[in-house]
Amino acid sequence: MSKQILTSAEIDKVLTRIAHEVVEKHKDGHIPAVVGIRTCGEFLAKRLASKIQQIAGRAPLTGVLDINLYRDDLTRIAETPVVHETQIPFEVENQVILLVDDVLYTGRTVRAALDALADFGRPKAVELCVLIDRGHRELPIRADYVGKNIPTSLNEVVHVHLTEKHGQDEVVVEEKNGNGKARP
Amino acid sequence: MKGKADAEPQDPHGLPEETRWTKKHLLSLEELTPEEIQTVLKTASSFKEVSTRTVKKVPALRGKTVANLFFESSTRTRTSFELAAKRLSADILNFSSTGSSTSKGESLKDTARNIEAMNVDIIVMRHSSSGSAEYLSRCVDAGVVNAGDGIHEHPTQGLLDMFTILENKKSLKGLKVCFVGDILHSRVARSNIWGMTKMGVQVIVCGPPTLIPKEVERLGVKVVYDLDEILPEIDVLYLLRIQLERQQGHFFPSIREYAGEYGISLQRMKRAKKDVLIMHPGPINRGVELASEVADGPHSVILDQVTNGVAVRMAVLYLIAGAKGE
Repeated sequence: MSKQILTSAEIDKVLTRIAHEVVEKHKDGHIPAVVGIRTCGEFLAKRLASKIQQIAGRAPLTGVLDINLYRDDLTRIAETPVVHETQIPFEVENQVILLVDDVLYTGRTVRAALDALADFGRPKAVELCVLIDRGHRELPIRADYVGKNIPTSLNEVVHVHLTEKHGQDEVVVEEKNGNGKARP
Repeated sequence: MKGKADAEPQDPHGLPEETRWTKKHLLSLEELTPEEIQTVLKTASSFKEVSTRTVKKVPALRGKTVANLFFESSTRTRTSFELAAKRLSADILNFSSTGSSTSKGESLKDTARNIEAMNVDIIVMRHSSSGSAEYLSRCVDAGVVNAGDGIHEHPTQGLLDMFTILENKKSLKGLKVCFVGDILHSRVARSNIWGMTKMGVQVIVCGPPTLIPKEVERLGVKVVYDLDEILPEIDVLYLLRIQLERQQGHFFPSIREYAGEYGISLQRMKRAKKDVLIMHPGPINRGVELASEVADGPHSVILDQVTNGVAVRMAVLYLIAGAKGE
């Protein structure tokens, strides 16, 4: 059983609103570097960066992070995750960085992203932007900018579909069937 | 049933594009599918980026122990594996046969089992007997990576060679790669032949008839004896080292004659394509397989092969460490 939470138009509105929030918070003109966490975070980051450019008049620095090498569960999960490239083409030292991801859940992905960034240098500050916050944090992590808060049960899965990867934009919440697997 | 970093293997929407790696050992390229080769190459490009950072380390293999078991002398391969393991934050042990109990007559099986008894996760082995890596994989529970077994295979070399070619050419499919030299004794050639033919490369072998294995065409390669004739068609020229330490028999009249017929001089390069790549697994016999000016020239990607060796071996160790077996 699945429920649509955000339509394509709503996703766009939400990103526009967040872009305005980011520019407003950094009124001094020092727009943070926008770094997307692969895979969906990467596409959201690109969209956000382009909206920020439209509003602030300047393109922010951008980058992409693959956090798979920093996961805390590498030896426990059933299959080895595919590792994609990380591209941080700017100096992390003393830079304010805005991490972008699609769903904030346990917080472990963000923890891994912070570790990955630390290997590149010491950022001035790190902010977090997520499209969906679904609750159930297992680590003390919080987002600075949230698209939508969706209370979920542990029995549900949140799917963020983006045109760049799935052919359409939408956010869907799905219930899992009895044996813990998400129904297709 | 969790978010991205707490993987849900059955998640239908988070699946990566490539096949997941399930092999517990890397013994040969003969037994890999093209998709598995693709997985290693894709993973290697992600790891190559790690070696360009200021902090050249990722915690992926933290707490794991890798043992280098080298029964044949090697600088390049052994240090490459060592660096790969260290950059993944693994602990590495180095065993070379000289100065170890092998000289006291300890068998391979016992040596390996003793190392395994110290809770080693992966054993990387180079040995002079063909088939020794497969034998080892049957003796121990640890993952085994073949770093060269006799004249059989050297799979990580084949992988790093394909990776290097892909950095310079759009695709492997349809490319003409010519291996020149001692094909008979070359595990590098064999691994490359297996790997490259699977990826759609047209492989050509060229050398004195005494150094070309009988019926090698059955592996899907073309055999030529006249290098100058085939040279204008070749996209990648891969030189093999004349292995003086392996030749008890007399396979050609003299080094000078070999160099004249098959060595790559500046003169010979004039017949080659403008964008031909020059490759060599190392160490080079300057003036024999190729002239110094060619080895150091603009077509040569020999040093890139070495750089890519670390990235490819990081990818292999990462995939092997994560494999839960089939």
